[in-house]
Amino acid sequence: MASAAAHSDKNYLNESSGLWSWLTTLDHKRIGIMYFIAVMFFFLLGGVMALLLRLELYSPGQTIMTADQYNQVMTYHGAIMVFMVIIPGIPAILGNFFLPLHIGAKDVAFPRLNLFSWYCLMAGALLAFSTLFTHKIDTGWTFYTPYSIKTGTSVVTMVIAAFIMGMSSILTGLNFIATVHKLRAPGMTMYRIPLFVWALYSTAILQVLATPVLGITLLLLSVERAFGVGIFDPALGGDPILFQHFFWFYSHPAVYIMILPAMGVVSELITAFSRKVIFGYTAIAYSSLGIAGVSFFVWGHHMFVSGQSTTAGVVFSFLTMLVGVPTAIKMFNWLATMYKGSVLMRSPMLYALGFLFLFAIGGVTGIMLAVVAVDVHFHDTYFVVAHFHYVMVGGTLMAIMGGFYYWFPKMFGKMYSESLARLSFVFIFIGFNVTFFPQFVLGAMGMPRRYFDYIPAYHSLNAISTVGSWLIAIGFLISLYVIVKGLISGEKAPANPWGAKTLEWTVPSPPPHHNFDVEPVITAGPYEYR
Amino acid sequence: MGNNHDENHAHHITPLETYLKVAGALFALTFLTVIAHHFNNQLGVLAAPIAFLIATVKAVLVMLWFMHLKYDSVMNRVIFGAGFFFLALLLFFSGLDIWTRVAEFSTL
Ligand code: HEM
Ligand SMILES: [Cu+2]
Repeated sequence: MASAAAHSDKNYLNESSGLWSWLTTLDHKRIGIMYFIAVMFFFLLGGVMALLLRLELYSPGQTIMTADQYNQVMTYHGAIMVFMVIIPGIPAILGNFFLPLHIGAKDVAFPRLNLFSWYCLMAGALLAFSTLFTHKIDTGWTFYTPYSIKTGTSVVTMVIAAFIMGMSSILTGLNFIATVHKLRAPGMTMYRIPLFVWALYSTAILQVLATPVLGITLLLLSVERAFGVGIFDPALGGDPILFQHFFWFYSHPAVYIMILPAMGVVSELITAFSRKVIFGYTAIAYSSLGIAGVSFFVWGHHMFVSGQSTTAGVVFSFLTMLVGVPTAIKMFNWLATMYKGSVLMRSPMLYALGFLFLFAIGGVTGIMLAVVAVDVHFHDTYFVVAHFHYVMVGGTLMAIMGGFYYWFPKMFGKMYSESLARLSFVFIFIGFNVTFFPQFVLGAMGMPRRYFDYIPAYHSLNAISTVGSWLIAIGFLISLYVIVKGLISGEKAPANPWGAKTLEWTVPSPPPHHNFDVEPVITAGPYEYR
Repeated sequence: MGNNHDENHAHHITPLETYLKVAGALFALTFLTVIAHHFNNQLGVLAAPIAFLIATVKAVLVMLWFMHLKYDSVMNRVIFGAGFFFLALLLFFSGLDIWTRVAEFSTL
């Protein structure tokens, strides 16, 4: 490592300077950071909207916004969180930064395409936000027909924005597939890549195969709005349920675009902080592919009460339950990894454990919803809202936070305040449960989703839920403080603060521009603990 | 990087003549479509399937020669085929719903 020490003062952050050097960078690490900044901004925006929604729902009747405004805020909150936060979250930030490092490469296969996909996300986001200044849309992030065809709001602009952001996602996926196939260092066989890479690879397949269908569907919607072509409108011979088929053909795999990378992060965290080689490497690797595959066969579970035929409903119900199998395989392997390990309760590990706990609830309630007879009652109630927040926030967002705290020292070369990071976890974890657990009960009591008002019988649980959202907000504000403080005055991070074994920890923190001064040669698996 | 270019297959160069022949076939098939359209009434329900069949043949020609799949590794063909598999999946399950829905609810 003599050569690494020799230019340890030069790294990817100070290699060149100035805004222009960032906006034109081809370095996967800098692009990852640019995604981080953008996504953090989107998350702030979506988060403020969430707080406003909850505030309106604090008590029955109109309080801080009208019904129309509620529908708009709900739509933007959902669309921002899905298309701009959770989908790009892990692949584009952590994946971009660490995938090449994990496989011993200098960069991704197509660095220019990588930069281009960042600009796609920005262009799409700008276009989406532009509708805030024209006719704010209120269709919900799902753009269901026939309402999305009839409403006088800026649906077409928004839908094109989603199309462009989808492009960004496709290009990232394409890049990762090529990178994994072509740029692995000598000796880095497919069974020696870290499980995070397996997860990103499976995700990339989904991004490449499913996202184009969303694109086409949204284009069809635009064409129908603009020219009255009868694809979805029954008056013109179309079929509104067909829209839901097309939409969910993408959007169910999309929920795995959101959760699979999270599972990859959790695999890394659990093995690193249990000081033990991961249990069942191959099983975890293949279950990622398994989940990706099965996820294409289940989309009709969103349509049990939409008018879909009973036959199709029964088939989709059965197929949906199958997803439980590869998911449970992962769960048990993580538990088995911790068993008899020396578990280190550092903040990243806390988030990983939070993930296991919350995602288990999110997953099991998903299986409940897959039972047609149950879903007939729960569909479009708060039970569903609670379910998908347990998966998306309890699962993916927890993993983003855990992964971020795990890799922060590597990304910025600074340490952060461990005690404050833990405090942040406590607020987020407790706040999350206070916010969303009551929503399961509300849903079971029959409170419908996507309404700005409710009957007085639902008041107390809604009030509790709103208070919970403030706890979450405090938790994230603490994390923001931890990050800013760490960046400004954090201690210098060593190359490997956690004693972890994957390749990124063998290079200095922050890594040099070309990652590895000497191309690594790999002779063993990724988790050589014990 | 030591292993990032393919050592094992040389790049295939298609002679111009082949391209012209394929292009000719594409034009011929386009004419065939137009001719088939003239018999629209006689063909009845078969009109659309026949048009699709001709279009499929054309697409295959484009993929094999213009997109070089004929000379590519098997892996590329598998990846290409995967796209069609998923398209079939989309149409199959949407179709399953639509057919059974018609049987369930239609008054026809
Ligand atoms: C952090 C705290 C959060 C709170 C308090 C919150 C709150 C809410 C509320 C009140 C709704 C509207 C429910 C309705 O009226 O039907 C909602 C919807 C939604 N949220 Fe969140 N949310 C949070 C975070 C997130 C995150 C991180 C995501 C992203 C993955 C997300 C994704 C969604 C989606 C997709 C919807 C559905 C919108 C729709 O009904 O179409 N939320 N959320
Ligand atoms: Cu689904």
